[in-house]
Amino acid sequence: MTADGIRQAIIQIISEIAPDEDLTGVNPDEPLRDQVDLDSMDFLDIVMELRKRYSIEVPEQDYPQLATMSSTVSYLLPRMESL
Amino acid sequence: MAGMAAGLRLALYGKKTLVLERHSRPGGLNSWYRAGGYQLDVGLHALTNYNPAAGRDAPLNRLLRRLRLSRAALALAPQKESWILHYGAKLVFNNDFACLLDNAQARFPGAADGLRKLAAEARRHYMENRFFTGESARARLPEFIADPMLREMILMPVMFYGCAGQEDMDWGQFLIIFMSVFEEGLCRPQGGIRAIIDLLTERLERAGGELRLKAGVRSVITRDGAAAGVILDNGEVIEGGAVFSSAGWVESAALCPEMDPAGDAAAGAGVMSFLESIHVLDRPAAQLGLDASIIFYNNAPRFSYRKPDAPVDLNSGVVCVAGNFGYESPLPFEQIRVTHIANPDYWMLAPDKLYLSAKEEWRARSLASLPMDLPDFRSAITFHDTFTPRTIHKFTGKLNGAVYGAPAKHPGGDTPVKGLYVIGTDQGLLGVTGAMIGGVAVAARAALV
Repeated sequence: MTADGIRQAIIQIISEIAPDEDLTGVNPDEPLRDQVDLDSMDFLDIVMELRKRYSIEVPEQDYPQLATMSSTVSYLLPRMESL
Repeated sequence: MAGMAAGLRLALYGKKTLVLERHSRPGGLNSWYRAGGYQLDVGLHALTNYNPAAGRDAPLNRLLRRLRLSRAALALAPQKESWILHYGAKLVFNNDFACLLDNAQARFPGAADGLRKLAAEARRHYMENRFFTGESARARLPEFIADPMLREMILMPVMFYGCAGQEDMDWGQFLIIFMSVFEEGLCRPQGGIRAIIDLLTERLERAGGELRLKAGVRSVITRDGAAAGVILDNGEVIEGGAVFSSAGWVESAALCPEMDPAGDAAAGAGVMSFLESIHVLDRPAAQLGLDASIIFYNNAPRFSYRKPDAPVDLNSGVVCVAGNFGYESPLPFEQIRVTHIANPDYWMLAPDKLYLSAKEEWRARSLASLPMDLPDFRSAITFHDTFTPRTIHKFTGKLNGAVYGAPAKHPGGDTPVKGLYVIGTDQGLLGVTGAMIGGVAVAARAALV
């Protein structure tokens, strides 16, 4: 999967978790939680969806790396490249 | 609703989930049916917790998020205004809490301050998840509302919309319903209860869960004191690691011998039930001079919320004018629903022939007993249907058709049997919103353990 593919996959997951949120204008370098109304339960749901869909385990100590869209993509790229 | 919500949340956790419903349609106490060419709701008068539309801490928004449902898809129509009529006094409220404050202040000087404090107390309980305190609402209310008449007027809608016991209720539960009805307000989905059920059903399937209709549970299988599955009415055995029962506490105990059916949790079960008539009108209620959304009324100095000696208590009632909400487009037809407290024993035991004529008799008496503040809409009725505690029992299995379950509640959902959880009425959060919040909470607790 390419960086762009991963970005699309993340947007797809968030739009399922928060169907009323508008994700078109998300700034990739600002924290997601400042731009989209996500709480900690939503965040756990994102991690859970990554596991369900792509069999990717994100350990708790890595959660801070999922703060912005850019950091999420760079974190996931080595783990999803081969998918 | 609790079962669908819990099932959906479990499926979203990636659990293999099967939702079983004995009836041919999902929803339980809140469902719909067709009669006379009309699609009619049962259960839902109005959905609570309308405000605010945004903000993740709002109960309804938080619930919809947990279920990954779109609030926009429900097309929620806010109430116009609702009335509380009590022995000659009238209070008006809408989805702006200030309206209730102003109205109460005008009739009961000094009341606004107390109601504001009551709302703050309710919010605090909600934020701290303190839905049950074990205290009496009637004992605590005078700290906030000095006037006895205003106390009756505030208690009336809260009790009608979620009191399982007679005359009094848990203080924590009172506060949650007070907040849900008065501060957050009332609405109806454009498509009625069916809009919610269809959305839940579709989302459950998309999440990989399965819904089976006409599949009643005959008993719960236990192994070494833990739930291990269920046996269906047709004898089919379904294995499962956890069982969530929305049947009610005593009703679940009847399915599972290891639960004590006669324990304290059963005290006062099957006492409070209702008779409801649905009247379809040939013109909008507003044309008859009726503009209110919901009217709660009581014709006695004290509001009597208890099983009546008569088959139906006509001294009080709730009138829901389904068309008087702010819809985006007009409803296909106009309907008014009138609900009264009923005596379940009379309706459960009446011989068939008497039962049918009694339904007709009490429907007519109900219409004749409505308060003078409402226009007489009898000549505009084109179709009607009435349901009783017996009807509710027939379609939901609730003991004596008691829609709010037993007075004792089980907020955590735990039962004496490991892996068997109660959700729905006897978990304790009531109404459509409450049932779903409770179902989601118990499911989350069970799934994350």
